[in-house]
Amino acid sequence: MPETEIDTSTPRRLTWRVAEVSGVIDETPRVKSLVLNVAGWPSHRPGQHVDVRLTAEDGYQAQRSYSVASAPECAHVMLTVERIAGGEVSSYLASDVQPGDKFELRGPIGGYFVWTVAIGGPLFLVAGGSGIAPLMAMLRHRAALKSTIPAVLLYSSRTFEDIIYREELDRLAARADGLEVVHTLTRRQPAGWTGGARRIDRKMLASVGPSPKDKPKIFICGPTSLVESVADSLLDVGHVRQLIKTERFGPTGA
Amino acid sequence: MDQPKEACVLDGNAVAGLLCELFARDVTTAEVRCSACGVVSEIGGTRVYGGIMGAIFRCTHCGSIVMRLVRTPAGTWFDMRGSRRLFARYEP
Amino acid sequence: MTQPPISRGFRGRRPDRPTDRLPPGQHLTGDFPVLSAGPTPEADLANWSFALCDGDRVLADWNWADFEDLTQTRVKVDIHCVTTWSKLDTHWQGVTIDTLFAAAGLSEPPSPFAMIHSDGDYSTNIPVEDLIEGKAMVATRYEDEPLAPEHGGPARLLVPHLYFWKSAKWVRRLQFIPHDQPGFWEELGYHMYGDPWREQRYAGD
Repeated sequence: MPETEIDTSTPRRLTWRVAEVSGVIDETPRVKSLVLNVAGWPSHRPGQHVDVRLTAEDGYQAQRSYSVASAPECAHVMLTVERIAGGEVSSYLASDVQPGDKFELRGPIGGYFVWTVAIGGPLFLVAGGSGIAPLMAMLRHRAALKSTIPAVLLYSSRTFEDIIYREELDRLAARADGLEVVHTLTRRQPAGWTGGARRIDRKMLASVGPSPKDKPKIFICGPTSLVESVADSLLDVGHVRQLIKTERFGPTGA
Repeated sequence: MDQPKEACVLDGNAVAGLLCELFARDVTTAEVRCSACGVVSEIGGTRVYGGIMGAIFRCTHCGSIVMRLVRTPAGTWFDMRGSRRLFARYEP
Repeated sequence: MTQPPISRGFRGRRPDRPTDRLPPGQHLTGDFPVLSAGPTPEADLANWSFALCDGDRVLADWNWADFEDLTQTRVKVDIHCVTTWSKLDTHWQGVTIDTLFAAAGLSEPPSPFAMIHSDGDYSTNIPVEDLIEGKAMVATRYEDEPLAPEHGGPARLLVPHLYFWKSAKWVRRLQFIPHDQPGFWEELGYHMYGDPWREQRYAGD
């Protein structure tokens, strides 16, 4: 009889590791992705995050959490950072940082907000702004494994130019492998826009998302107000609370 | 640090790093039972208040405090009187 | 011990230089940041009350209408949060603790220590001598407007000479206690007294 080995003897303690920036990608005017080499990176599960710690020359330190945006199948660790006005860490990571720069990283952590192909679907992902990052890790992982598990991404952005990973999402949707991507733009829509043109509401969730009877695994990530209103609306639509996982970006978040 | 204009609410999962300074394993999927209402939640799914002052974990069902964690320069304080028991499942 | 790598060009936010108005380690803000241990309670003025208690014994209590009828005091004060922001020249209106004690007929406080209780299971401990002689009030108006719920409305304690976590939001009860005991944050390592001028942020400071 095959035995499953579960290592309960020496749980891995989290330590701070050094991350070196090997590339910077301009995603949108306010958002950059950092491609990192992380010494001893132990691999992660899609949806997990890391704590990032910056140290100034005089020893001053500041710390923030960021979701890992890359799939575990990717050779590099990627973080996607939105520059927040007045944010001391985000203004550094999303503006000043250059290849060769270093900072510390702790993780991956956060096994609660995780989806892998092994968990199964259908999958319903709802993102607001830079909340797309952990959900993108899930979709990149799904694509890397050539999975055809039905998945819907409902993605709210302010304007067309603010859609992070826009072209890559177009490519993923064009594979016609069971992934549907629906965009809604809340502030301004380009001429000829056929996507959503308002904030996510109950009606949109009911019409876009899988039916509650399919018991989809649901992940919501974005600003607190979006996450809370979407979670409440999903319960109204009839989805089960236990299948809904949320990740709020508070004011001290990404 | 960044100045919040509205009270900071996070999911328990967001403070996984803080919890890892105390626990040897990732406890975001560990279960705690609210002493006030009896509902069992995963720590990652609780609502966390307190911002930079500390992590106040509240039951998503009744809002009572299930755990509190404060990191001071001398060490970390942890209070579980709102739940008393924690079950951390082994993960393969 | 290995030194962490320096993040080239990272400066971060620093405290401003201390002055006679800015305690050490603080920086000035033009905002009014919000920090809470729980969700903002729903204001329910019809059922609101504030009580002075000695242990479990109620010495005096007021409903909202009675409370608003008490002598009002206006102050301009600086406030200092343990999370390092300070805000100067803030204007408040409310009822001083001296007025409350007099209205309750208390010539002498029954004990030298108090525990302040708020909605949401919040509490903080303060020596009575830090609440009297004009040092503290129950504030109901901020900058000439009713105190907003996220800032503690309808009423919060205001004790500006101590770190602002002592100025308990959504205050409901002042309870005299025989010995100094830690309140909500003090139980978790914050300083029992909290003088910003001596940087008493954490126990042992």
